Amino acid sequence: MKQEDLLYAKTHEWVAVAKEGGTQIATVGISAFAVEALTDLVFIELPAVGKQVEAEQPFCEVESVKAVSDIYAPVDGEVVAVNSALPDTLETLSSDPYGAGWIAKIKVTNDANLAKLLDHAAYQKQCEE
Amino acid sequence: MRNSRDTQLLCELSRPGRRAARLPACDVPERDIADLLPTEATASSPPALPEVTEPQIVRHFVNLSTMNMSVDTHFYPLGSCTMKYNPKRNERAAAMPGFADLHPCQPEETIQGMLALLYEMQEYFQEISGLPACSLQPAAGAHGELTALLVAAAYFKDLGENRSKVLVPDNAHGTNPASAAMAGYRSITVKTTSDGFVDMADLASKLDDEVAVMMITNPSTLGLFEPHMREIADQVHARGGLIYLDGANMNAILGITRPGDWGADMQHYNPHKTFSGPHGGGGPGAGPICVIEKLAPYLPTPIVRKEDSLYALDFNLPKTIGRVRSFFGNVGVLVRAYAYIRTHGPDGLREVSENAVLNANYLLSRVKHILPVPQGNRCMHEFVASANTLKKDKGITAMDIAKRLLDYGFHAPTVYFPLTVPEAMMCEPTESESKETLDAFAEVLFRITEEDAELLHDAPHSTAVSRPDEVRAARQPVLTWAALSEAN
Repeated sequence: MKQEDLLYAKTHEWVAVAKEGGTQIATVGISAFAVEALTDLVFIELPAVGKQVEAEQPFCEVESVKAVSDIYAPVDGEVVAVNSALPDTLETLSSDPYGAGWIAKIKVTNDANLAKLLDHAAYQKQCEE
Repeated sequence: MRNSRDTQLLCELSRPGRRAARLPACDVPERDIADLLPTEATASSPPALPEVTEPQIVRHFVNLSTMNMSVDTHFYPLGSCTMKYNPKRNERAAAMPGFADLHPCQPEETIQGMLALLYEMQEYFQEISGLPACSLQPAAGAHGELTALLVAAAYFKDLGENRSKVLVPDNAHGTNPASAAMAGYRSITVKTTSDGFVDMADLASKLDDEVAVMMITNPSTLGLFEPHMREIADQVHARGGLIYLDGANMNAILGITRPGDWGADMQHYNPHKTFSGPHGGGGPGAGPICVIEKLAPYLPTPIVRKEDSLYALDFNLPKTIGRVRSFFGNVGVLVRAYAYIRTHGPDGLREVSENAVLNANYLLSRVKHILPVPQGNRCMHEFVASANTLKKDKGITAMDIAKRLLDYGFHAPTVYFPLTVPEAMMCEPTESESKETLDAFAEVLFRITEEDAELLHDAPHSTAVSRPDEVRAARQPVLTWAALSEAN
């Protein structure tokens, strides 16, 4: 996925929304900026498929040699898929954060929070500050 | 002159039949182990313990100790840890047979000296915090946090209030949210402003009747005294909540101001920080807590009481949360803290804090010209510098500087904490250090920032181990000798 086409949360998650049938599916990952700031990653705890998530609330976590950090859900919804290869190939988070490094897919039940997300230019600006 | 032969693992040095001690002949009737223990409790073969001689053991550990840094060998400005010098007289006091050789099951009348010491420690901790009740039981600072939150939970349960949240500022020690979760609460993060203070608007938006406790570290992990402390306490109290003071940074305020006077309802102490107990390998820690009167009935038992001229253990607290530690807690470190408090007296303790704050401000005044200190020109006992600009300009990180400092004979400051400051370097010189040491540290820090980035990326160059592979250690940990042999 091209990072220019994605939406971003202030908390550094990226989101790609696609229509599948009548529902919106949000694919979620973390930005290259976040991966770099976290430094060397050692562990990711993926959410369970079926988990109900709430926008702006933590739904899984990633651990680096420095700290454990929450990953926040960008929308309300239900986790319908997770990238189960990720825990064993954490390096994909830095080598391909917007592609093979995706974390989870969420079936959107309420897209109100999508309007709050930043576009690529606005997110870049936030990272520079 | 490094001796790597004797610092091999003891399992590698082991040869069958070598001994460090010869035991006397058994003078009681011998019984077979099978008569004493059920078969499921016994191993099928003896454990593979290393067999070595006494000189081997001594060389092993003495050589290992020379590969280490400690407050006895180096300046150790590890922020948040208060690595002050540990006076040797503390050790002499703690080694006195009247303290060291006691058995916790001895009758009370035979341990009156120890009980008197513990009773006085309760009184001292109460006086220093301005809180009227104390438990010496918790075994470490984080255990003190958990104990106090369990006391708060018992109090709210007694009131019939079902509160579910604990508020924690985003620059708190990681133990705070962990303790809240352990005590069954949901930890809610309160933001801090770019000045490093609690964001009052964010607090207002998160403070409701569900909040049981707000945990606050004051002075904070940025070395700042919270200017809104009284207001924060008043607002939390108005909603029926309690204030927990993380006492990690008491070294800045001894005898100057008391948490109980600005609204704290509970706090812990770290005797190994504030009161010069040894850290880590020097023995188990303690995390005594003090609380306000209305929480006193819920404290763990036993509490030491004085009746006439006798000291006794009081187990009769009907509302107690019960024991949190066997016997009386880790009394060894409390004996050392007692020696420290009695050595200094009230005026001396105040001077400790004044000098700790003075030293930190002096170091700050020098370091801020080398690395930016985002939260200002003044601090309490510590300050947080940032290597962020240096990282952007030259690719030199806080970790690079920390590792390179070891080559110059200084232990590193705490790095990458608090998380609110990028490339954080948290410096706490403590009152123990001379102006010459602080000057030398600042000069070395400046020299390092002028060095070649490549040299720093590979630092340290002079230590026995350079940069451990932290990622591999976390992802593929090798925790036993057998696993190591397999890995090789």
